[in-house]
Amino acid sequence: MNYIGEHLLPGQLGRFFILLSLVASIVACISYFKSASTSQLEEALSWRKLARIAFITDCIAVFSVFGILYYIVSAHLFEYFYAWNHSSLSLSSDYLLSCIWEGQEGSFLLWTVWHCVLGLILIFKAKQWEAPVMTVLSFAQFCLATMIIGIYVFDLKIGSNPFLLVRDHFQDAPIFKTPDYLSLPQMQDGQGLNQLLQNYWMVIHPPILFLGFASTIVPFAFAIAGLWKKNYSGWTKFAFPWTLFSACILGTGIIMGAAWAYESLTFGGYWAWDPVENASLVPWLILIAGLHTQLIYNATGYSLRPTYLFLLLTFCFILYSTYLTRSGDLQDTSVHAFTGAGMNWQLRIFLLAFVVPALFLYFKRYKSIPSIAKEESSYSREFWMFIGSLVFFLSGIFIIISTSLPVFNKIFNTKFALGDDVEFTYNRVQIFVAIVIGIITAVTQYLKYKNTSRNYLVKKIVIPTVLAIVISVCISLFGAIDYNKYGVGYLSAIHVAIFAAVYSIVANASYIWLGLNGKIKAAGGSVAHIGFGLMLLGILISSSKKEVLSVNTTGINLKFDPKSKERSMENITLIKGMATDMGKYMTTYQSNDSSARNGSVMYFKINFTSKDSSESFNLFPNLIRNTKGQEGFSNNPDKRHYWNRDIFSYISYADDMDRSEDTSKFRSVLAGVNDTLYYGNGLIIVNKVEVNPNNGKYQFTSADTALMADITVISKEGNQYRARPVYYVKNNQPQYIIDTVYAQNLAIGFSRIAEDKKLELQVKESSRMLPFVALKVYEFPHINVLWAGTIIMVVGFVMSMLRRARQNKLLKV
Amino acid sequence: MKKIHIVLLVFIALSIAVLVSYVADLTTTETILSAKQKQGKVVSITARLDKSYANPIEYNAISNPNLTSFYIVDTLGNKSKAVYYFEKPFDMEKTEQLRLKGRMNGDVFEITAKDGILMKCPSKYKDDPIAAQNILTSN
Repeated sequence: MNYIGEHLLPGQLGRFFILLSLVASIVACISYFKSASTSQLEEALSWRKLARIAFITDCIAVFSVFGILYYIVSAHLFEYFYAWNHSSLSLSSDYLLSCIWEGQEGSFLLWTVWHCVLGLILIFKAKQWEAPVMTVLSFAQFCLATMIIGIYVFDLKIGSNPFLLVRDHFQDAPIFKTPDYLSLPQMQDGQGLNQLLQNYWMVIHPPILFLGFASTIVPFAFAIAGLWKKNYSGWTKFAFPWTLFSACILGTGIIMGAAWAYESLTFGGYWAWDPVENASLVPWLILIAGLHTQLIYNATGYSLRPTYLFLLLTFCFILYSTYLTRSGDLQDTSVHAFTGAGMNWQLRIFLLAFVVPALFLYFKRYKSIPSIAKEESSYSREFWMFIGSLVFFLSGIFIIISTSLPVFNKIFNTKFALGDDVEFTYNRVQIFVAIVIGIITAVTQYLKYKNTSRNYLVKKIVIPTVLAIVISVCISLFGAIDYNKYGVGYLSAIHVAIFAAVYSIVANASYIWLGLNGKIKAAGGSVAHIGFGLMLLGILISSSKKEVLSVNTTGINLKFDPKSKERSMENITLIKGMATDMGKYMTTYQSNDSSARNGSVMYFKINFTSKDSSESFNLFPNLIRNTKGQEGFSNNPDKRHYWNRDIFSYISYADDMDRSEDTSKFRSVLAGVNDTLYYGNGLIIVNKVEVNPNNGKYQFTSADTALMADITVISKEGNQYRARPVYYVKNNQPQYIIDTVYAQNLAIGFSRIAEDKKLELQVKESSRMLPFVALKVYEFPHINVLWAGTIIMVVGFVMSMLRRARQNKLLKV
Repeated sequence: MKKIHIVLLVFIALSIAVLVSYVADLTTTETILSAKQKQGKVVSITARLDKSYANPIEYNAISNPNLTSFYIVDTLGNKSKAVYYFEKPFDMEKTEQLRLKGRMNGDVFEITAKDGILMKCPSKYKDDPIAAQNILTSN
């Protein structure tokens, strides 16, 4: 059948370029391998020339694939499944890029794009290491190309192609029986980008994180090259800036992900130990371990064997993470793992294709990797740096073990899960890691390589230690850190950890003057450590002092299991227009507004006025309508930033979410004083009638004609409420004021006095009385310390990187 | 014995302690019936909403925004009531499968952790080919 209006050329070009990149990368891999294996210089050079041509071809192909895919998405060619499934007409242009990495194919593509960029730099910079390093990188390019090739070999699907047409994807759908199916309404617009990804962090976080992922292959490839060419130590100085670069970018990417989680998810924070988060944190922890051992080796000749191990494992864990998050095996434990796209076997092979040869080579060569038999002195920097690296490594291993439970379950056919307090499972271990690391980063700076005289150490370290003790004791005493959810033991650990973090900040800052005499250029490491210490401090304070502001004050007591440590009453219900007491603030749900792009976002205007009226502000937490044909909403928080804290709010529930017409009507009933009436959920008792009431609720005077019925409502659950409807005469017209028992969705009016002194009451039971929202409000104190720490750490990394790169250049001259 | 060996031994001992503490915390996956026999012990169960009720989920934000109660049934057909001391998770009605972590208290399954409900539903990152197919064939 000839379909009308399809644009097939971009897809054909795209498929061609994917195939080209697959072929070019394997040619590059083999040629680089040949070039690295031969001992003949001339032969090596000619192989290298071929390999370079092949790799550059691969790069052109990959960039073209990316460009074509972006074109398809941005030109809204909805005949393509990728555009139809991941984008829509209403998306603003900055989110069009996010559409590309929403899907598996696009994120693999992003990864290969970064490999190309890194590879091109390595061709220029890697000198004699080019051939072996690029062999590894080209092989990774080949593996990634298979992920997007999307072909069937004997019923076995290899990869998933981003250039599939909708009609390829749903071959049996009846609409494709008409040649001009593109004119049908369901093909006029795409399914849209997932509502949670419509956030500016989602434009920037994936590229940075994937650059981090991609860059870990560089130290890995150098380590493989060293083992393979038996040139065990030639690369460690040369490749050190690459290790720093990778640690810097990967760390930034992870924190950006945390910032996105904080801004747009409703975990109630920036980190939830979700498997997807852990999967990218663990390689970073191991990389940091490797970075420090590499530094030790460069300075002293110790720790080369662990350097190899850590750098190899970093990339292996990147691949393992890729497998974990994309295979669908984590679905039972993660909020946001991808579902498997039928590529599990391929992801496992991708993982094994690197892990098995890398570890085999490592253990085969282990004995011949140079190592110094003499022990490090306990007063040497290298000894304690090594201990710190080991702690980082173990911390990563602990995290990955708990994260991998679903995988263990799969292998051993067991059915275990973490306990019901997942975060604490991690926190109680990691807090000790924080303590040890904080103290080691503080003290180790003052140790010299090889050996340090005790006098020197004591003399230098006294001031920062005293200072740190004073500051941290002040924080402990006046900071009101009283997080006693897990008892005194854990609280003391928090206080010790605060000391460790402060110590690390103070000692590293003082070291710039005490140890380096103010030579800022050489202080990259110290600056990075200051940043890291600030991050620790920010994490400790913001998590242990995180406060729920929306504590339910409705007075309804819930029976809780005494074993439960959760403070469960975290939501407060706000009825539209009614100021509600929320601790420090009076909060009012003022209005809601469905606006923005095609009415898919519902904003709720919540006013916060502090009780001393010193400030008043509005927050607009919102609900975003789910895309992709799913009903319902996702919530999107709003927050107010202060220099020292954030007020963070989101909608837990809104009556608009399942809006239904209020069809219930008032029914009138007659009742005398002390009579009892029934309603759907209990009893209504008329206690008495009061003339011209003057109380907190009404101010009538003796000049008025008003009657107030004093009514008690008793629900089936035994809760009592008071209702006071009023009947009055104004300007000779009888009028009445309805009183509402919101908790029972019950409205009661007092409409007239009937015969026999009976009251005519109007009773309405409604499913939905008034617009309301259930709101959750948190206060995160000092979260900015965490973000500031991150920035300082990145600055430190960049300083070190520049310095080491300059040193390498000087070495060569 | 070198210092590093002592350090390694210490680390190994600590690691074992950590792992043991993990293991002590592990929960097992149970059916509703077997969970009822393990009263008060934290377990995970996999179940569906019991659609034999007209409204399997009860959530009244006005009377209590921090209580969601619902009825569940597992693949063996055993039924139970469950309570969750938080707001009703979005789209809970549409979920095909629930993974719950909590403890049986009498006949009621109590969930006291915020992340004690994990919904398997065609939402969030998860592309749902069936929903997509429906869109394609509708209109």
